[in-house]
Amino acid sequence: MLRLETRPAPSRLFVAASPLIALAATVAIGVLLFVLLGKDPVQGLRMFFWEPIKNAYAWSEIGIKATPLILIALGLALCFRANVWNIGAEGQYILGAVFAGGIAMHATPDSPRAIVIVILVAGIVGGMLWAAITALLRDRFNANEILVSLMLVYVAEMVLSYLVYGPWKDPAGYNFPQTVTFANPTKVPRLFDGLRVNIGLVIALAAVAGMTVFLFRLFRGFQALVGGQASAAARYAGFSSRTALWTALLTSGGLAGLAGAIEATGPLGQLTAYVPVGYGFAAIIVAFVGRLNPIGIVFSAVLMSMFYIGGELAQSRMQLPKSITGVFQGLLLFSLLAADTLIHYRLRWKARRLAGAAA
Amino acid sequence: MNELALLIAATLNAGTVLAIAALGLLINERAGVVNLGAEGLMLVAAVVGYAAAVHSGSDLVAFGAGALAGALLAAVFGALVIWLNTNQYATGLALSLFGVGFSAFIGQPYTRERLGQRAQFDIPMLSEIPFIGPALFKQHPMVWVAIALTIFLMWWLNKSRSGLILRAIGESPESAHALGYPVRWIRLAAVVAGGALCGIAGAYLSTVYTPLWVEGMTAGRGWIALALTTFATWRPIRVLLGAYLFGGVTMLQFHLQGTGVEVPSQVLVALPYVATIVVLVLISRNAAWIKANMPASLGKPFAPGG
Repeated sequence: MLRLETRPAPSRLFVAASPLIALAATVAIGVLLFVLLGKDPVQGLRMFFWEPIKNAYAWSEIGIKATPLILIALGLALCFRANVWNIGAEGQYILGAVFAGGIAMHATPDSPRAIVIVILVAGIVGGMLWAAITALLRDRFNANEILVSLMLVYVAEMVLSYLVYGPWKDPAGYNFPQTVTFANPTKVPRLFDGLRVNIGLVIALAAVAGMTVFLFRLFRGFQALVGGQASAAARYAGFSSRTALWTALLTSGGLAGLAGAIEATGPLGQLTAYVPVGYGFAAIIVAFVGRLNPIGIVFSAVLMSMFYIGGELAQSRMQLPKSITGVFQGLLLFSLLAADTLIHYRLRWKARRLAGAAA
Repeated sequence: MNELALLIAATLNAGTVLAIAALGLLINERAGVVNLGAEGLMLVAAVVGYAAAVHSGSDLVAFGAGALAGALLAAVFGALVIWLNTNQYATGLALSLFGVGFSAFIGQPYTRERLGQRAQFDIPMLSEIPFIGPALFKQHPMVWVAIALTIFLMWWLNKSRSGLILRAIGESPESAHALGYPVRWIRLAAVVAGGALCGIAGAYLSTVYTPLWVEGMTAGRGWIALALTTFATWRPIRVLLGAYLFGGVTMLQFHLQGTGVEVPSQVLVALPYVATIVVLVLISRNAAWIKANMPASLGKPFAPGG
């Protein structure tokens, strides 16, 4: 029978190969799903793996989606490495958008261009404050950060909903739950004429470089590593896991807030009740599939963006529900976790031994 | 007066959804496995149950279908965390994220379906009593099932041999293994049982409580149920009471909206989530107390001979 045998050391090969195995498994299940639904699987695969990358316009759209995913996943990678289970990035993202929107909605066409910087900083502050609640309750009262950060997502949705249905509603907006359209100086500058992708992508890639240095070169990154992976050893070495907790949550909150600010003043241009689209949750998958590694996160964010765009195309061209994106994203993480077993174990065929020795 | 009776009835009804899910999660947590996939399980079971009710017209079939869906997904989760030793938090999260997408995907045709007239379950004589009748005796049988399940679990976990084995595995899988108990299979059974109960809760939500299928309709109930097991320090009776308390908070929200109190509706909707955080803080302050009551192996993988 098939048995798992502990490897003497984790396999470097499978650390890198496991996301590819997971992708292959997801594609295989996807093909099966298309066949079961009576759709052409070749056309289905094209929607997800060719159409989203076939030209510059398509790549620009990938960039738009990958920007928030990269930013949020970078913060989550730090959290998960520090063993801080922040799963409420969606809430921190919403608060970032709210803080940014709060300033952007007061801008006029004559506002200085530098207001963009103020707006983005406001977004970072909003996300940090929201994450700080989780950090404080964890630090002071030992409250489980998984549940607190998640509950705060629902609360954040209500904060946004209150504002856009109430005090921030555009008086000339035919009663739609939305703010005024932000004035032009607030817009995050675009990178190329005619393409929507904006400078947020450059910021995200700079954050990738920053996080790489932070995680692997600077003392603090090391501290976050030991604080999470071996708390006793960390304490012995004199590092406090409290510092790791606060650093991880404030950093990831700030990055998620920045993502929200870029989204609000970039592609959206106003706040609506539909700001939250699940990037905060999808980024959890991005972080894991990217091996909690900043460079890996770039690749997995591109893949996840292809899933988003593929889902939209499958809806308009193949009459499939858009939620097929969520199915594939969930399957990818599931397959990844299963494939990760091969990092620590190897599969061995073994003849069933005598009953007594089998255990 | 009459309104208060209806509020009590609605509270019990809302609490029942949470109670059944949380009692299920209590079973697998007592065996040492924490399943963060509860929200996803409930959502998938809600849509599967709803579809079963639409096609069969029977609530019982709906509950069965919901339980089956929950059990199947929980079995996949269990196989991963128990045999492949994947991280329980990450795997549970994967299940929740998958469940959100998958339920929306398969549920799309059912957003337009409506269920027929819902059955009444008035208990003869008792339901005629003024105040007490409408408050307590016009409930769906599932309300009574939740109470019976609580009593059963109190007995089973403390007095029965199999219940004690389950707890022993949650406290020390190594010792239980040394005594010759099939730790992994028992953990899997506990996870599947927990998933089935979450499934019944999901199906009850979509076919009786609401009754509608809407994307994401569990609205965090799976997570609140997870929090409830901690609030209750893993005791069935406290889970039930906690569930009624949260059912009450949910109902207060509708009640206040109905009476036209000048509070933004968003504040009321946020109330159960804020309440969860507040109670979590109050309970968790005493870390030693939580630790003393928590199944000692909760969240930790077990590899026999490894």
